[in-house]
Amino acid sequence: MNRVLFFAGLRERVEKEELEIDVTGRTVGEVKELVSEKYGLDQIQSCMTAVNEEFALNDMKIEEGDTIAFIPPVSGG
Amino acid sequence: MKRCWITDKPLEVSSMVELVTRREAGAINTFIGTVREFTEGKRTLFLQYEAYTSMAEKKLEEIAEEIDRKWPDVKIAIAHRIGRLEISDIAVIIAVSTPHRDDSFEASRYAIERMKEVVPIWKKEHWENGQEWIGNQKETKQGIPREEEIR
Repeated sequence: MNRVLFFAGLRERVEKEELEIDVTGRTVGEVKELVSEKYGLDQIQSCMTAVNEEFALNDMKIEEGDTIAFIPPVSGG
Repeated sequence: MKRCWITDKPLEVSSMVELVTRREAGAINTFIGTVREFTEGKRTLFLQYEAYTSMAEKKLEEIAEEIDRKWPDVKIAIAHRIGRLEISDIAVIIAVSTPHRDDSFEASRYAIERMKEVVPIWKKEHWENGQEWIGNQKETKQGIPREEEIR
């Protein structure tokens, strides 16, 4: 299983902070598409993805137990 | 002891300064980021900050490590507040001490600019007539990490 985390505008759109889904073996890009379709989240395509708290590219493969977080453009400070 | 952290409590300048004060330092620079009321004529009522706290603290620590490598004998502490912040509240404090003043100015500037690029913290503006998560809007530049930051 994998945890998928949402923040800021994405979290409000999904109305959940996290999901438990099994995306082991899929790529980051595939997970984006899957989640985008399920929740109508077009803006996810312009988001970064973090896997286990490190930024990851679309071709990275998800492993069992990985935590995937979608990171909208940041605006701290 | 942690030198970079996220908190939902008010930030306090003197305790941050204390963290970097030492005999080797001839300069201490503090950057204090506060909540601004007007942005291009638009009035902000309050802000709401949110963070991916565990990752944000890790990224702040990475920025501190970059600064360790770039400037000799630097000591830095960074704290960012999340939750609801009112006008003039402090959102972020960066305290830097170095033997000489130039380095402390440079390192402080570097820290805040990097924070705006790679640390997963978001702010939501609340205006009289609406609200919006800030990110890729005109108000700030888009926070997207550079290619080499993706490992």
